[in-house]
Amino acid sequence: MSAFSQLRLDGVSRRFGGQAALTELDLTIEAGEFIALLGPSGCGKSTALNCLAGLLPLTAGSIWQDERRIDTLPPERRGFGMVFQSYALFPHLTVRANIAFGLRMRRLPKEETRRRTEEAVRLVRLEDHVDKLPGQLSGGQQQRVAIARAVVFEPSLVLMDEPLSNLDAKLRLEMRTEIRRLHQSLGLTTVYVTHDQEEALSLADRLVVLREGRVQQIGSPRELHTRPANWHVADFMGYRNLWRGRVGQVDGDRATVEPSGHRLLGEVVGSLRPGVDAVVAVRPEDIRVDGPAETRNAMSATVEVVEYQGRELAAEARTDTGLLVHLRTEHRIAPGDEIKLAIDPQRLLVYPADASAQTDRLADAAGATR
Amino acid sequence: MSDAGPGRPLAHWQHRLAERGIDRQLWLLVPALVFVIALFLYPFFYGLTLSFQPTKGGPLSDYARFFSDSYERGTIWITLRIALPAALLNVLAAVPIAYRMRGRFRGKRLVTTLLVVPITLGTVLTAQGLLNFLGPTGWFNRTLLATNLVDEPVRLTHNYWGVFFSLVITGFPFAFLLVLSYLSGIDPTLERAAATLGADWRRRFTRVTLPLLMPGLATTFCLTFVLAFSVFPSAVLVGNPAGETRVISLAAYQAAYEQYDYPYASAIAMIMGFVELVIIAVVLAARSRFYTGSTGGKG
Amino acid sequence: MATTTQAPPARPPATTTDRRRRIAARPAAWIVWGVVIFFFVNLLGVVASVLVSSFGKRWFDTWLPDGYTTSWYARAWDEFALLQVITVTLEVSVLVVGLSLLIGVPAAYALARRSFPGKRLIFLVFLLPILMPPITYGIPLATVLYKFGLAGHMSGVVLANLVPSVPFVILTMTPFIEQIDPRIESAARMCGAGLRTVFLRILTPLLVPGILAAAILVLVRTVGMFELTFLTAGPDSQTLVVALYYSMSASGIRAQQSVDAMAVIYTSMMLVLLVVALRYVNPTQLVARVKDEPEH
Repeated sequence: MSAFSQLRLDGVSRRFGGQAALTELDLTIEAGEFIALLGPSGCGKSTALNCLAGLLPLTAGSIWQDERRIDTLPPERRGFGMVFQSYALFPHLTVRANIAFGLRMRRLPKEETRRRTEEAVRLVRLEDHVDKLPGQLSGGQQQRVAIARAVVFEPSLVLMDEPLSNLDAKLRLEMRTEIRRLHQSLGLTTVYVTHDQEEALSLADRLVVLREGRVQQIGSPRELHTRPANWHVADFMGYRNLWRGRVGQVDGDRATVEPSGHRLLGEVVGSLRPGVDAVVAVRPEDIRVDGPAETRNAMSATVEVVEYQGRELAAEARTDTGLLVHLRTEHRIAPGDEIKLAIDPQRLLVYPADASAQTDRLADAAGATR
Repeated sequence: MSDAGPGRPLAHWQHRLAERGIDRQLWLLVPALVFVIALFLYPFFYGLTLSFQPTKGGPLSDYARFFSDSYERGTIWITLRIALPAALLNVLAAVPIAYRMRGRFRGKRLVTTLLVVPITLGTVLTAQGLLNFLGPTGWFNRTLLATNLVDEPVRLTHNYWGVFFSLVITGFPFAFLLVLSYLSGIDPTLERAAATLGADWRRRFTRVTLPLLMPGLATTFCLTFVLAFSVFPSAVLVGNPAGETRVISLAAYQAAYEQYDYPYASAIAMIMGFVELVIIAVVLAARSRFYTGSTGGKG
Repeated sequence: MATTTQAPPARPPATTTDRRRRIAARPAAWIVWGVVIFFFVNLLGVVASVLVSSFGKRWFDTWLPDGYTTSWYARAWDEFALLQVITVTLEVSVLVVGLSLLIGVPAAYALARRSFPGKRLIFLVFLLPILMPPITYGIPLATVLYKFGLAGHMSGVVLANLVPSVPFVILTMTPFIEQIDPRIESAARMCGAGLRTVFLRILTPLLVPGILAAAILVLVRTVGMFELTFLTAGPDSQTLVVALYYSMSASGIRAQQSVDAMAVIYTSMMLVLLVVALRYVNPTQLVARVKDEPEH
């Protein structure tokens, strides 16, 4: 299949019944990129992937491979490879036949089919299992077969739909490295769907965060990690502390917000005026516990729940004004302890609050304010 | 589609059709549709229109003829008098037996296999066997005479009972196997849960198992009834086709193949289908009043 | 079954409840097994009386025949032209099985996999031939077939038998198709396989058990189908059941024993089919597909 230099999704939309699953996705994929589509379940990421694959018809929009429109082509004529969440191996074919399937469909000469199949088998280290049926393999081995099957015919684009979600934690880490290694060594272009932000951050060159069928942010792992575009993305990227409060002063890209009577200084993302509602986002690991005396963003709190997590403890504490704080610390703390908290203003992000900030997990912080 | 903003290309027409579930794969249905239209719907409607075009008289005169002649009209009653009790007996007898056999035990497959035999053999062979077995000099009457239960042979063939027995022999295994598979579709832990809540076996059966089984019983009754209602060979062979077992299918057959009056035969067939569907509709309506969702078992 | 439940501690010890339950269960169990055994004894009597009679020299008003012979089989074979009848039966069955699979399997696939406007209606139409007594639609069908000159010979018999067979194939195949993960088909298409290849290389091998089950079920039903064959067959296109019916209803002309011999031949043919069938399906499947209720 012909390689491309650019793949362009132009306003791709998909509705199921009256329900919009994906709304106007615009995305340009450069050859050789690793793109992760990231979002909670039901955000439209799998819909986007299936539209790209040709397994779902579009409700609106078009897909272009360089100057060729491809969204009208059936999946078998797009020349993309795909790895499914459930692996979807052909249960009646051996590992070898599964991997060779795509080459057979392309009617390559026998000798070449054999050679390239062997190569792919070596690549995923399944030499000892070529004559087995998929049912005789472990989950990790099945996943390797699925990956080999999708890449063996050197597709111009590889689509992966949560390929690691059926594996246990240890295997997931191993396969993650494996996938990145294959992407680099074969020079693939990959679109990878996942709901696991850590997986997406570690694998992708570029992330696309979706929520309710709409793109929230497109950016590098670093951008996503340090500067989520809105509080929903922040929520999804691990900013567990989301506090609602009124904006006090705005000074350039700094602003003070007052959730539950605390006065917190942070970096503004987006535009804010004094007096409007804002959402403050902080990662649990960015909250310092009992550090050197600090005047900015200091709070005192009582520890309520502690979870042991290896080197660190994860804890919930409540400040004297009733604000619930998620934090991580290496200090040994126990429920009932009084602790001093501080937050570096650079690590405290301030977002404009939208309508949905009234509900959700913000409700209890907001309720405490009133 | 309305949300495709200005300047956005609309989705391709193929997508828009596929959206509604219409694409090339639907061609797979075409042979079956042609078949069902040509060999089922067309003949059925042909028969229906034919029944309104009698050889003499107005459009409804064949129906009038059927209902005004008590010999003809009586076939409905005769058929129901055979089919309803037979279907009811088959289903009711199947319930306790299937309830007792629903667990695993040795020889279960043998029992079910033996039960399939009469269904596979069909009514014609059963009729032949019944003539020999239940006849005045058959083994059944011989046993009754030898054990002094009766003084002279009981007449069990060439009358109502011959047909009834033939329907039980083919219908009971059918009902049993269906009830058995419905029963094994009910999660056995439900009854155990009821037992831990203090229900004895009687209440476990009447309050838990039976309500879950009722829809299955209704379906079983319908299918058994359809079998019994279309009784034809045994009515002729072991019954008394001129008298008490002149069932409606026989009347239709005679109209078509002995009097060559196809409009009249079609009219009788339509009446037959109508009566049968009325009974099924009543049973299914009653069925819909029960819970018909998942019963948690492996069925 | 019932004994697996543990009696709560507040109740009398488990042994007494067990004993009481067993005593209570006894009469019910006896009645149930008694009914089953009575049924089987009579069933055996029905089949055995045909079998014994077919081998008996003379059998009047005695427990068993005077002597035994196999000559009735030879007579039945010639008298009823059984070779031709059996050939017709096999030809008809093979044609019906083949055609109903060709028509039914693709339709079953479309119905199992796709949703489209009018799907429920189409499903209901496919179901009707099974819900109706064969005589009801058989008589109008035979009338139409005679009108077009299709009845009275084998093509009519085959066409008539297809009417219940195709829906039966659809009902049998549906669960087999549903249990195949649709993503396996998607995976094949992503590997570059077109619709035809997906059908031939992926679905067909995976559906072999279902196709075998459907084929054997249709075979058993067609060989045993009396009404439709009876209504559409001519003198040269009778299957074994219909020939048996004719010979029985004309009894008095032919010796009872040769009719019995023919019945035994029919029985053994069905039993062979049954043994083959039970290798692929369980007994309940021979009766109906319980799981595939149209409504849910």
